[in-house]
Amino acid sequence: MTKNIKLMQGNEAIAEGAVIAGCDFFAGYPITPSSEVAEILSSKLPKIGRVFLQMEDEIAALGAVLGAALGGAKAITASSGPGISLKQEHIGYASMCEIPCVIINVMRGGPSTGLPTLPAQGDVMQAKWGTHGDHAIIAITPSSVNESLYETIRAFNLAVKYRTPVLILTDEIIGHMREKVVIPDKNDVEIIDVKLPGVPPEKYNPYNYTSGKVTPLAPMGEGYRYHVTGLIHGETGFPSQKTDVIQNAQNWLMDKIYKNIKDIEKFEEFQIEDADILLVAYGSTSRSSRQAIRMARSAGIKAGMFRPITIWPFPDEQVSKLSKKIKKILVPEMNMGQIIFEVQRNACGSSVYGLNVVSGEPITPDQIYEKIKEISKT
Amino acid sequence: MIKTKFDYNKYLRKNTLPHIWCPGCGDGIILKALLRAIDKSGYSKDEVVITSGIGCASRLPGYVDFNTIHTTHGRALTFAIGIKMYKPRLKVITISGDGDALAIGGNHFIHAARRNIDLTLIVFNNYTYGMTGGQYSPTQPLDSYSTTTPFGNIEPPFDVCNLAQAAGATWVGRSTSYHAVQLEKFMVDALNHTGFSVLDVITNCHISYGRRNKMKSPVEMIKYQKEKAVPARSAENMTPEDLAGRFKTGILFEKKDMPEFCGEYYKKLETIKIK
Repeated sequence: MTKNIKLMQGNEAIAEGAVIAGCDFFAGYPITPSSEVAEILSSKLPKIGRVFLQMEDEIAALGAVLGAALGGAKAITASSGPGISLKQEHIGYASMCEIPCVIINVMRGGPSTGLPTLPAQGDVMQAKWGTHGDHAIIAITPSSVNESLYETIRAFNLAVKYRTPVLILTDEIIGHMREKVVIPDKNDVEIIDVKLPGVPPEKYNPYNYTSGKVTPLAPMGEGYRYHVTGLIHGETGFPSQKTDVIQNAQNWLMDKIYKNIKDIEKFEEFQIEDADILLVAYGSTSRSSRQAIRMARSAGIKAGMFRPITIWPFPDEQVSKLSKKIKKILVPEMNMGQIIFEVQRNACGSSVYGLNVVSGEPITPDQIYEKIKEISKT
Repeated sequence: MIKTKFDYNKYLRKNTLPHIWCPGCGDGIILKALLRAIDKSGYSKDEVVITSGIGCASRLPGYVDFNTIHTTHGRALTFAIGIKMYKPRLKVITISGDGDALAIGGNHFIHAARRNIDLTLIVFNNYTYGMTGGQYSPTQPLDSYSTTTPFGNIEPPFDVCNLAQAAGATWVGRSTSYHAVQLEKFMVDALNHTGFSVLDVITNCHISYGRRNKMKSPVEMIKYQKEKAVPARSAENMTPEDLAGRFKTGILFEKKDMPEFCGEYYKKLETIKIK
């Protein structure tokens, strides 16, 4: 069978992946460096009879996405740093009300307007902690154009399966770079569709906090009339101030993600078997890391890499296990140090070093190699 | 004339009652008018979606047996637009207070109007943020008092209807919680209109607003609504001085057969669909 291979930009691959996943609704607001996702979907979605909306602001964009998702849509929005800051209100709403949606964040650096056109990985902690209150989130960090496409499909699947917002964190490098993509046939990839609940409307509760199973979200307008509120609610969906209901509801938002971490986690290990130095790198930074590891190995330094693809929930278990045998860990990031704290939290007696470049330039293999050399001497 | 008693129970979620509204609040009158209007308009419960924001009025959806979404503060229209565009066959109504619709939700208000999307927005306009204790809202009259204008309000209020019309809404009306029969009639009219319809309903919050403005009982506030309301037709012959401190009621603007956003979108799709 001939493969369908195309040269594509990262943002284009996300749009392509969304359509393959069955995405039928986009609402967004123009922002660099994610605008291509909107531009491409503004052409693709109408051509297949689906909805594309450009809203009046970032908040409205996610509001419309959630409204559509409550109607049964597989809905997506795309933005970047400051836009994601605005979207946090509705990311919290989506978490609280368990509404599936996919949010693309082509990350920037710096607070405020920051670096709109230059690469950075400024939003990793925002993805986890951006909205108020306790909740779990799924975030994915693809490191290539090809992976952007496949991870977008997986993001939709996880969103529907766990009824949660799923963030994809790329950056200007991945978003704007052109690379080879193998476009899958719809039948060759797993696609989880929105379904009606398996119970009649009179028996349907939109939430279930105790069975351990995620209740399907009934699309509105199909006979399942229920209530959705951002207030803490019981399993019927109506607000509650009963202490046991509150506790169960809060636990559930964490449990449904953390207790299913085996299904949600995804990572790559590169040359770690005999490694003395472990790099923990994600997104575009992992590309430079891979090259730096090759350089280090030709110089006789045994380095390897652990690359989280699902970055939230953080792969605590893997990092903790690896840190038991590899005593030096390097975390290169295009920010002032964000994931390094997660690594430190899990590092069992290993020394954890950061390499932080926030100049608007990608971290080069040379920079990482130099740091590896330095660490190897300690 | 003997009227058949309307069966509100058909539409109420009785297990969610009692409601949170204070005794004497006007919101219950608007709720009842809305249920009668939906019934008259002939939509089934499954076809109706009600979205709301945050505030006293926005608790309404929890009490009624439709597809109901109590969203975030000011953003109810954005959810309404999302579900309407995705499932155009649904009848989507948005409930919002004056602060919700016009302060924090002001941007969504004008843009929904600009698009002329087929939604009905009902603004429960009581001049105040009742739920948070009576701070001044963007519709609070000049010189009146609130917990955050202890020396009198110096900010000119929005006229909800003028704003809606200027922004592109194609059905604009105003009534009050005193004019319960008229209110129902206007609601039916708004629901039957194709396009963005905005109904501004002056209602009373004697607790948070009235108490600070010499109308501490619901009766005084209902009297205020009765006395200050000027039917649009009578207003035509009145001077601005006569109209000072009063508000126009009626269907204030209506334009039929204007391009409606949802319909236009799907019409456009027909022209570009490819296999």
